[in-house]
Amino acid sequence: MTQQQTATRSIIVERLIPHAPEKIWRALTQSHLIEQWLMKNDFEPRLGARFTLRAQPMGDWNGIVQCEITEFDPPRRLAYSWRGGSAKNPGYGSALESDVEWTLTPEPGGTRVRMEHSGFGPENAVGYEAMSGGWVRILERLEQIAAEVQS
Amino acid sequence: MISDPHDNLFRALADPTRRSLFERLCRDGEQTVAALTAGAHVSQPAVSKHLGVLKQAGLVRDRHEGRQTHYSAQLGALAPLVDWTSQMAGFWQSRFDHLEDLLKRMDQ
Repeated sequence: MTQQQTATRSIIVERLIPHAPEKIWRALTQSHLIEQWLMKNDFEPRLGARFTLRAQPMGDWNGIVQCEITEFDPPRRLAYSWRGGSAKNPGYGSALESDVEWTLTPEPGGTRVRMEHSGFGPENAVGYEAMSGGWVRILERLEQIAAEVQS
Repeated sequence: MISDPHDNLFRALADPTRRSLFERLCRDGEQTVAALTAGAHVSQPAVSKHLGVLKQAGLVRDRHEGRQTHYSAQLGALAPLVDWTSQMAGFWQSRFDHLEDLLKRMDQ
């Protein structure tokens, strides 16, 4: 089993949000606000700060995402690294060495908010290694879905 | 709704014998029909028939060598079910919804 694909992929979400950049910036950079839309965290709003996000644990991954702020330019640009997961997990919770970048651009009627989460490698899709520990669980889930399809 | 190609995939894996054949190919790599039959509790024609269904769903590939047919697992066929990138895209869309809800609440 070989993996031909080596390029990484990104998730990009972009929305025009009817609020001022300063206010959106607060939601993106204040710990108690981040918790309300993203995850529990110990975010500290300064360049170089390290923080963690607490996601749902999966397999031998404890659910903690390790982050470090790599760009902090209020109220325009925010970037942090996003590391977590385990190589033994397929799909959700697989090992991830990635980056999240936020760009806020004022526009008539609000702010264009662009989020790019980059660095998804082939191992985050269907790597044989990533699969080997988790296919049994996937197949169990498939069995349930298949039963629903057939009924 | 699950689309037709996915139906094939789910139906192929819904059967315990087929699932165990697929699992063995995942675990042990390429094997002949004879080797697969030796480990299964069904006849060789039955194993061949199951492999045909798995092949139709894209889960296995066959390779002919002399009089033997070798089968191997095609994990890529499971991509729609285990692609975390698409799961994460859904995650971020829902987080944006939460962010917008929060921004509305912050006005009050």
